[in-house]
Amino acid sequence: MSRTLSIFRREFQGYFATPVAYVFIVIFLFLTGLFTFYIGAFYERGQADLEPFFRYHPWLYMLLIPAISMRLWSEERRSGTLELLLTLPISLAEAVVGKFLAAWAFTAIALALTFPLWLTVNYLGNPDNTVIAAGYLGSLLMAGGFLAIGSCISALTRNQVVAFVISFVVCFAFNLSGFPLVLDFFSGWAPQAVVDAVSSFSFLTHFNSIQKGVIDLRDIIFFTSLIAVWLYANMLAIESGKGH
Amino acid sequence: MENLIEVRDLHKRFGPLTAVNGVSLSIPRGEVLGFLGPNGAGKSTTMKMITGFVAPTSGSISICGHDVGSNALAAKRKIGYLPEGAPAWGEMTPASFLDFIADIRGLSGAHKANRIKEVVAKINLGGVLNQSIETLSKGFKRRVGLAQAILHDPEVLILDEPTDGLDPNQKHEVRALIKEMAPNKAIIISTHILEEVDAVCTRAAIIARGRLLFSGTPHELQAKSAKHNAVTLTVASTHAAEIGSRLGELAEVLRVESHPQAEGRTRITALSRNGGVIFEVIQTAVQQHGWPVAELFVEPGHLDEVFRTITMGAQTPGEVPHS
Repeated sequence: MSRTLSIFRREFQGYFATPVAYVFIVIFLFLTGLFTFYIGAFYERGQADLEPFFRYHPWLYMLLIPAISMRLWSEERRSGTLELLLTLPISLAEAVVGKFLAAWAFTAIALALTFPLWLTVNYLGNPDNTVIAAGYLGSLLMAGGFLAIGSCISALTRNQVVAFVISFVVCFAFNLSGFPLVLDFFSGWAPQAVVDAVSSFSFLTHFNSIQKGVIDLRDIIFFTSLIAVWLYANMLAIESGKGH
Repeated sequence: MENLIEVRDLHKRFGPLTAVNGVSLSIPRGEVLGFLGPNGAGKSTTMKMITGFVAPTSGSISICGHDVGSNALAAKRKIGYLPEGAPAWGEMTPASFLDFIADIRGLSGAHKANRIKEVVAKINLGGVLNQSIETLSKGFKRRVGLAQAILHDPEVLILDEPTDGLDPNQKHEVRALIKEMAPNKAIIISTHILEEVDAVCTRAAIIARGRLLFSGTPHELQAKSAKHNAVTLTVASTHAAEIGSRLGELAEVLRVESHPQAEGRTRITALSRNGGVIFEVIQTAVQQHGWPVAELFVEPGHLDEVFRTITMGAQTPGEVPHS
């Protein structure tokens, strides 16, 4: 536990030792603002809620989370620090979880920095703050899901650009897995059960229900187990990539 | 004596390539093993397996009695490891890097502060402690890696090319450091600098194509040289033919090589027939005949020649990789 914490701390401080953190946060805040006010028509709707803000998170994360996750393991592999890290007296799980949590905490900070929007909506009207809290929770869980996917994919390659592109595509597929674009790919040949299973993986569906204020245990279990499965795959990817 | 490192019949295959092929090593406390071999011989792969980074295809490794396969954490606690190229997180400073390593190694409080202070002083990192590692010179990066490896005062030290990229003074310092630590530890260093074996190692092992081809003291390694105990004389070229043929007649001398030098001189080397000492015999002959000799010395035995003979010999048919 204390070793996971050490890994977490090192990794987390690493974000702020380079411009990565600041660039990411600025771009994230800029884009959330852009989507909320221009595309989401925050003012024009005349409703005191943050729906136009949360609505675009799946799409923002699809682009921005791979930018955070791409370096998680590919950089360690490329620079040789993977060997240093994994010959220290820590388990692979501690390393994977520590690094993942640091990246997640970092996105949580970026998300928390959108608080002026929450202040604004409370100033302008009387929103249901429990719905907003649920929205933040759902958004954070979804960010974790995207990060776990990106972390695993970054362990498969030394090349950050490759990690970014593949993570982007996989995140895109997870976003759209409830839509014909993805389902048609399966429905031609796979049994209905598979098609249903694929469609149930849609981040959009699970996120939308949480962000409407309906905190269903199933949605929370969906995201947490998805994170667990991808992090486990992450461990396997590191294990198989060692020494090559 | 207890063996801190015990490697038995280690094999590693990457697909059709056999990188390590049946290596066994036993290293007791106080021993410094110099691991020699051409690039790609399997030195680094062997070290990666000993430190638990890469799992062997077969064979076993035990560190201070802990099996690296089944009890990896206990084994890793006993090891200090400098991986090839001395990797470190570039955005960190040596201070924060050592602090992190100390945390992971479970050092805390005053003990941690003392260990870091000691190691920083020993390795001369004081001047760069707060500079980011990526801006440091190659020599300093290597020293940061070394500091990280010895921070917890491990019983087993595995150093992959610890002096690579250092200038002669730094090399000397690192060798002195290794020698100083040697009595209480079992140390493996890989190198392709042969003089290093002479300078710091109590044992040398040569590996080529994944096979251990030689293991013995540096002296034994030198003794394998054809020039071991050979005697070289420098004489005027006008006398060279006569002296050469007289020396060749001596029973103790296997054969005589002569190499013309500048300024009308010739260097004659008399090789020992059975590797024994022939200096006295040559010296007596010189005195008897009253040859004017400018130089007379015993050849130290050429490690690079031995290295070449041993490792080139390995590249024979029958070394076809297993699949």
